[in-house]
Amino acid sequence: MHEEEVLGKAYDARLMRRLLGYLKPYWLQVVVALGAIIGYSSLQLVQPYLMKIVIDDYITVGSLDGLGRIALLFLLILLGSFGLEYVQTYVMQLTGQRVMSDLRAQIYQHLQRLDLRFYDRNPVGRLMTRVTTDVDALNDLFASGVVTVFGDVFTLAGIMIVLLVMDWRLALVAFSVLPIIVLVTQWFRRHVREWYRTVRILIARINAFLQENITGMATVQLFRREAVNFGRFDEIDREHRDANIASIFYYAVFYPAIEVVGALASALIIWFGGGWVMRGALTIGSLVAFLQYSQRFFRPISDLSEKFNVLQAAMASSERIFKLLDTPVAIQSPARHRPRRPADAGPSTGLRAGPSTLRPFDRLRVVASSVEGREPQGRPEPGRGTTGLRAGRIVFDHVWFSYGAESDHVLRDVSFTVEPGERVGIVGATGAGKTTLINLLLRFYDVSQGRIAIDDVDVRELDLEELRGLFSLVLQDVHLFSGTIASNIRLGNAGISDEDIRRAARAVHADQFIERMAQGYDSAVAERGATLSVGQKQLLSFARALAFDPRILVLDEATSSVDTETEHLIRDALHVLMAGRTSIAIAHRLSTIQDMDKILVLHKGELRESGTHQRLLAARGIYYRLYQLQYKDQEAPADTVIPSVR
Amino acid sequence: MAPAFRALFPYLLRYRRQFGLGLACVVVTTAVSLTSPWVLRYAIDDLKAGVTREKLAVYASLLLGIALVSGVFRFLMRQILVGASRHLEYDLRNDFFAHLERLPLAYFQAHRTGDLMSRATNDLNAVRMMIGPAVMYTTNTGIVFVVALILMLSIDARLTLIALIPLPFVSISVSLFGRAIHRRFERIQAQLSDLSAIAQEALSGVRVVRAYRQEAAELSRFQRANDEYVERNRKLVLLQGFFYPSMALFLGLGALLVLWLGSQEVIRGRITLGQFVAFNSYLAMLSWPMIAFGWVTNLLQRGMASWKRMLQVLSTEPAITDAGATDRLATAASIQGGIEFRNLTFSYPTGSTPALEGVSLRIDPGQTVALVGATGSGKSTLISLLPRLHEPPAGTVFIDGVDVREIPLAVLRGAIGFVPQEPFLFSDTIGENIAFGLRANGAASDSMTLRQAQGGSERSRGTSISGSSRAPSSDDGRAIERAASVARLDKDLPSFPKGYESMVGERGITLSGGQKQRTALARAIVIEPRILILDDALSSVDTYTEEEILSRLRGVMRERTSIIVSHRISTVRDADQILVFGDGRIVERGCHEELIAQDGTYAALYRKQLLEEELATLS
Ligand SMILES: Nc1ncnc2c1ncn2[C@@H]1O[C@H](COP(=O)(O)OP(=O)(O)OP(=O)(O)O)[C@@H](O)[C@H]1O
Ligand SMILES: Nc1ncnc2c1ncn2[C@@H]1O[C@H](COP(=O)(O)OP(=O)(O)OP(=O)(O)O)[C@@H](O)[C@H]1O
Ligand SMILES: [Mg+2]
Ligand SMILES: [Mg+2]
Repeated sequence: MHEEEVLGKAYDARLMRRLLGYLKPYWLQVVVALGAIIGYSSLQLVQPYLMKIVIDDYITVGSLDGLGRIALLFLLILLGSFGLEYVQTYVMQLTGQRVMSDLRAQIYQHLQRLDLRFYDRNPVGRLMTRVTTDVDALNDLFASGVVTVFGDVFTLAGIMIVLLVMDWRLALVAFSVLPIIVLVTQWFRRHVREWYRTVRILIARINAFLQENITGMATVQLFRREAVNFGRFDEIDREHRDANIASIFYYAVFYPAIEVVGALASALIIWFGGGWVMRGALTIGSLVAFLQYSQRFFRPISDLSEKFNVLQAAMASSERIFKLLDTPVAIQSPARHRPRRPADAGPSTGLRAGPSTLRPFDRLRVVASSVEGREPQGRPEPGRGTTGLRAGRIVFDHVWFSYGAESDHVLRDVSFTVEPGERVGIVGATGAGKTTLINLLLRFYDVSQGRIAIDDVDVRELDLEELRGLFSLVLQDVHLFSGTIASNIRLGNAGISDEDIRRAARAVHADQFIERMAQGYDSAVAERGATLSVGQKQLLSFARALAFDPRILVLDEATSSVDTETEHLIRDALHVLMAGRTSIAIAHRLSTIQDMDKILVLHKGELRESGTHQRLLAARGIYYRLYQLQYKDQEAPADTVIPSVR
Repeated sequence: MAPAFRALFPYLLRYRRQFGLGLACVVVTTAVSLTSPWVLRYAIDDLKAGVTREKLAVYASLLLGIALVSGVFRFLMRQILVGASRHLEYDLRNDFFAHLERLPLAYFQAHRTGDLMSRATNDLNAVRMMIGPAVMYTTNTGIVFVVALILMLSIDARLTLIALIPLPFVSISVSLFGRAIHRRFERIQAQLSDLSAIAQEALSGVRVVRAYRQEAAELSRFQRANDEYVERNRKLVLLQGFFYPSMALFLGLGALLVLWLGSQEVIRGRITLGQFVAFNSYLAMLSWPMIAFGWVTNLLQRGMASWKRMLQVLSTEPAITDAGATDRLATAASIQGGIEFRNLTFSYPTGSTPALEGVSLRIDPGQTVALVGATGSGKSTLISLLPRLHEPPAGTVFIDGVDVREIPLAVLRGAIGFVPQEPFLFSDTIGENIAFGLRANGAASDSMTLRQAQGGSERSRGTSISGSSRAPSSDDGRAIERAASVARLDKDLPSFPKGYESMVGERGITLSGGQKQRTALARAIVIEPRILILDDALSSVDTYTEEEILSRLRGVMRERTSIIVSHRISTVRDADQILVFGDGRIVERGCHEELIAQDGTYAALYRKQLLEEELATLS
């Protein structure tokens, strides 16, 4: 128990040091604010002394000559206090905001690097809490806490000296209560911290719940789950309330307790001091002044106790923040390739587009014209925008993978090669591991065993930016951002011109519906593209992939919600568009992939067949059966269609 | 500000006992602590006159006693008032969420998630600060002010008036600064909403961000909002930095006048030295309330600004309600499942052209109807009007001859099993996700009160976001298994670490695309609805599994009215009626054979898909 206490203090000190580290870039501001607050506190100290002078030198003497000077001094002190407090408040509050902004940026940046496994485990609402609410909980600490604590400590020291000088015996009497304060503070810290931790966790849960339920409100309403989900919310909300109320008890006791201790000191001073006055060992003026000073002595102490509460709350949320910041990034570029971190790139707009994105592509131009019936005007180098050095030969070499330590392997011993310029289709039952293949290829996750290489370089050896720059991916789960149609195709890549966007949209036949919208390409898109039809969203994310002019196009069910006619048109367009370039397409509609150079058939995580459409049909294996099914007349499927794996 | 405040009033009234008690404690603690300067004054006067040890002991213990009593009441005051503010926060947050639950889909399409979340947490926090601490300190300040004033008056009226000369400046500065603080804080909160919405979107779209290497772009977008947030805060700080010390300054000026004139009074003998000292300490007593006053003004303005932001949501009338409900179809069981669309034209509020135009369609109970048509032709729109996700115009959509607007929402939606085009799963177990609709409002009422009863006693339970998941009862269990087997989810179960008890990530991210769709399908089937709606529900499922599901579904659909949206001829060809959509209109209708005979769009589509078949058989 005692040991734990000691540990706790060391831990707190480390936490505190780390927090204060964020003030470093603002040392000048902190120094200015400190200067201001020290000046302010000194001025505050002078006031009672002026009072003493007025009483002892003027009133008791009975002459008011020269009081004007004192009054003037008083006025100057007032104005000085005003100015200094202004400077202190402004500088420190602003610095606090800056520090929090830095911290937010740092968290956000770390979130941009953390791997997807982390996102699988952590609901978005919780992460948002770290970025916004948890950081804001530090506001009081930075904005008023840190510096005023110094101010308070300074005042305290000053008063202690004054008291000692005025009368050291009385001073010792006043100080005799200090050990009690230390004890009370210890008690408080021990208890309140635990509750503040609980509160932080619950706030994250509230946010996660809100995030999930707001985004899924239609489902909640369709299934009439309002009451039940409300009940669940109520439960978290109630826990949050109760944890807060529990913490109130401690600080409701703490603050008055400090005041009582202060009163105890006053009582002691009266008792002893009064006695000394009676014996003539002390002047009345001194005792009065002493009493007043001693009250001022306890004001910073009770201020400090308020701050201590703030500090505990801040520590609880900084624990969460630092835990996030300390989460290691499992998937990152190898050290020698690692590019400068985005934040180090200075005040750039952040549009540090990879090399592949700097050059608008010419191919779509060609396609667009050919689709319109004209002859292509010659063929520029495919994927000319990319690094150019890599041919883009993809090798999966005995790849094993599982999403979690305890879960089964999703991929088992998968090996295949995709030659540069090859067009490969992947088919397989749902849950067979097709999307997982893509996740590994783009290094969203790392393989458990085996390796994936591009041009004989392990993807883990490649710079992430470079690796992902080779691909454009149409995800199975379409995600659009709020903004405009154009901004969703271009994303943050300024290298993509309006004309490129138009061409990409035309290639996927999204142009018709876009142009019918009131503002065309500048039409607003709601969060997640909620006001578009699902097929339209899919077309937009397809257009995005093309606009990025990739070396390798990866399509994960990219046209699953698109009507057959449009799908065929896109397929034809892609023929031209991707000629000479690698493309990998996952599809359930076999029509989408049947003319591919190679088709891989994945079954329960194993690569069972591969070859051209014709070859696979001839082999009469899984593919053949899938094919039969898709185009035969409706009948109840036979039980034996897909042979069991073992 | 008045109407906004009125909206808060019922909440304050709900805790009037706590507020009453708490305020009483404020009064007591303030009053008691005000007596200590009094004691001090007598002590000093007595010291001058010469006292006994006994008297000193009395003074000392009086001081201590006063502190103890006021400490106890101060404790009670905080415990009660701050506690009440926490209760109020809880009520407000619950009400906020309950209100969100009543708002229609269109509202969520027009408002960003992060924004709404920010209102429910950050703004609510400012409101709570206004209610708890602000109420407490206002009272405290008020009392200290009045009492100190009375005490000061009892010593010397003239001196008191002099001390109060700067007071008018205080009120001017409060009203001036107050308004500015309100405005600026509102802008800060709006920016915080923005920040939170940006984070929400980028974090939920993390895969796109990574795949397209948009990390730096996202960071800079966030940073811009972040900088703007700091800038808006700076503007507020600029004001606040001025406002707080100005309060102290005004008071100090009063003190200066008192010092100047008061000392003359003492010399002239109009007041004693003890009185002078006491007067000064009363004046000093005002310094804390004065600072608190500035602080309270700040809290109040912030709170009101935030409260208004919350009210914007809370005062949005739900557009889709039971207001028009009649008792013609009062229970889900009474619904037969006949559906009719009568010359339906529908436009989205933001759409420039109608999404549906002149759609007329009759579906008899038990029929299966298929919708096909190009992307964006209005299929999803049509079916979203049935459960009133969007509100159809009056007199256009009927179930069993009753306008859907006249059917209570619970009955209407209870009769419909809906598989949305984009399945949304919750971070819960697979079993709970399938059983989602089994735990609907009515059905779960007893289990809910049970949960609430437990909620109080058991504090922290599992950390799963949606709370604990109960083991499904055996009846539910069988129903879940049946539904899962129709949706062919049973095939995948062995691959999940804990079967039905396996957790799926948020939105079901830890499932494959097809698994998500099939879970959503099972979820709709398990409630055994009269009307089953499948919006392209098998688009991510492989053909083999699709075939299995369709054949099993046929049994399920036999007794139900079903509407199936699909792009695949194989899925729709057996439907009783096939409707071909084009640009929001029904361009062709009939059964498969009829449509082939018509030789229109459908026949063309058929040929296209058939052609592939022939191509294949050629090889
Ligand atoms: N993030 C994840 N965490 C844990 N398990 C996962 C995750 N993503 C997928 N899985 C599991 O891995 C298996 C393969 O999933 P994958 O998404 O690769 O399938 P798929 O072939 O793309 O299927 P579909 O055709 O349905 O999209 C599934 O059983 C799925 O439940
Ligand atoms: N909430 C909305 N607000 C405004 N417009 C919308 C909204 N939802 C859909 N639309 C528009 O209405 C039209 C019809 O959309 P709908 O979703 O009904 O198409 P769909 O036939 O289901 O297409 P798909 O096959 O792609 O799913 C589209 O042009 C779409 O952009
Ligand atoms: Mg997939
Ligand atoms: Mg649709």
